Amino acid sequence: MTDQAIRAVVIGASAGGVQALLQILPPLPATYPLPVLIVVHVPPDRDNALVSLFQARCQIQVREAEDKEPVLPGVVYFAPSDYHLLVETDGTLSLSSDELVNHSRPSIDVLLESSADAFGSELVGVILTGANDDGARGLQAVVEAGGVAIVEDPAEAYASAMPAASLRASPSAKAMKVAAIASYVSSLGTS
Amino acid sequence: MTSVRDSVEDIEIPLLLEALYQRYHYDFRHYAGASIKRRLLQARAQLGFSSISAMQDSLLHNPDTVPRLLNYLTVQVSEMFRDPSYYRALREKVLPHLRTYPSLKVWIAGCSNGEELYSLAILFREEGLDQRTLFYATDINPAALQAAEAGVYPLEQIQKFTANHQKSGAKSSLSDYYTADYGRAVFDKTLRSRVVFSDHSLVTDAVFAEMHLISCRNVLIYFDRDLQDRALGLFKDSLARKGFLGLGSKESLRFSAHAASFSDFVSEDRIYQRREP
Repeated sequence: MTDQAIRAVVIGASAGGVQALLQILPPLPATYPLPVLIVVHVPPDRDNALVSLFQARCQIQVREAEDKEPVLPGVVYFAPSDYHLLVETDGTLSLSSDELVNHSRPSIDVLLESSADAFGSELVGVILTGANDDGARGLQAVVEAGGVAIVEDPAEAYASAMPAASLRASPSAKAMKVAAIASYVSSLGTS
Repeated sequence: MTSVRDSVEDIEIPLLLEALYQRYHYDFRHYAGASIKRRLLQARAQLGFSSISAMQDSLLHNPDTVPRLLNYLTVQVSEMFRDPSYYRALREKVLPHLRTYPSLKVWIAGCSNGEELYSLAILFREEGLDQRTLFYATDINPAALQAAEAGVYPLEQIQKFTANHQKSGAKSSLSDYYTADYGRAVFDKTLRSRVVFSDHSLVTDAVFAEMHLISCRNVLIYFDRDLQDRALGLFKDSLARKGFLGLGSKESLRFSAHAASFSDFVSEDRIYQRREP
């Protein structure tokens, strides 16, 4: 599964996602060689508390994504609340305030579809716990581009609907428990 | 391995944008590509074309396709008093400066369906500045300008608009400014008695007039870096000395070639002031 070159990891999470990310992100070293782009569904009116929450627990840099900044290795980028996060083909980030997608802004589909365009097969897409079906189309785009598709095992997930929808749309995606996803994502830094 | 379908679209999209520009002078060629692609794919599917090229063919040979496509390329969803702290900062920090001028010009650049315009018109009325202010509301999409001029919004949005308005430090009730009619909120036409609606492109048009405040929110994020710089240069040249520029909550001058021409005024709300030349 790790025999192809990987340039980025993108993760989508909804209900229960923070707990899952707390298993995945803190073990990553400060020297982690890939960017990690993340959409977590959060209420639009709330200040995005994710960045400070994870900054305090991670060695890798954690930031809120800014419009037109270059994607750098060794940085975790969270989509700001109430904006979609997209990756441009030149490797920079864009924000958009377009309409909600799957009732969500930021939407996981928007991040994953644009990431699949930008990184092609050199991408790992991960869908974690959630109670909707955002991310299913996006993970399909990752698969179609030849990237690596991973889904949290719905049997283990805090909310199974989102990973289950992604697995239905992308039967070739690999279902894994969060602990296994965490070691896989970490291992991308050592190969 | 990139799929064949994707690579064809990546060839088709710049060709369509070039056609749209050469034939109709709508210039989306320097818009941020990822969003444009999403919008064009959505337009293709919903307008029922078999490919982007088929849509380009229709665009070139059937002018009726242009407004339909523009509604996808410029579609903007907004709300009145979006980010209430921005309007509170204007009210409490910017308007005390503007009050010292006998007459004022305010430009809402990329006004879309007018939510930001009516928010500012209400704010200026509450603060007693409306009678000395001329508003310029501009957009490239004629359909959006018409909607802005009509000032009619679905009633189900009013609860959100009202909550935002209150958080902006409101001195009146939003319901003072609209009448409910068949599920729609129709805004008071006196709010636009001092508004000039105009077709203007930040991409291809020139300096507009000498402004005291320019509000341009969530427009620049759709531009690439070069186009952002062009638009910011236009704002710089359109502002009176010590005039104000308000951007969207995730937009900034930090990476711009024009950063040195502005100083932070309320940095957390992305309000900047033109430095003296």
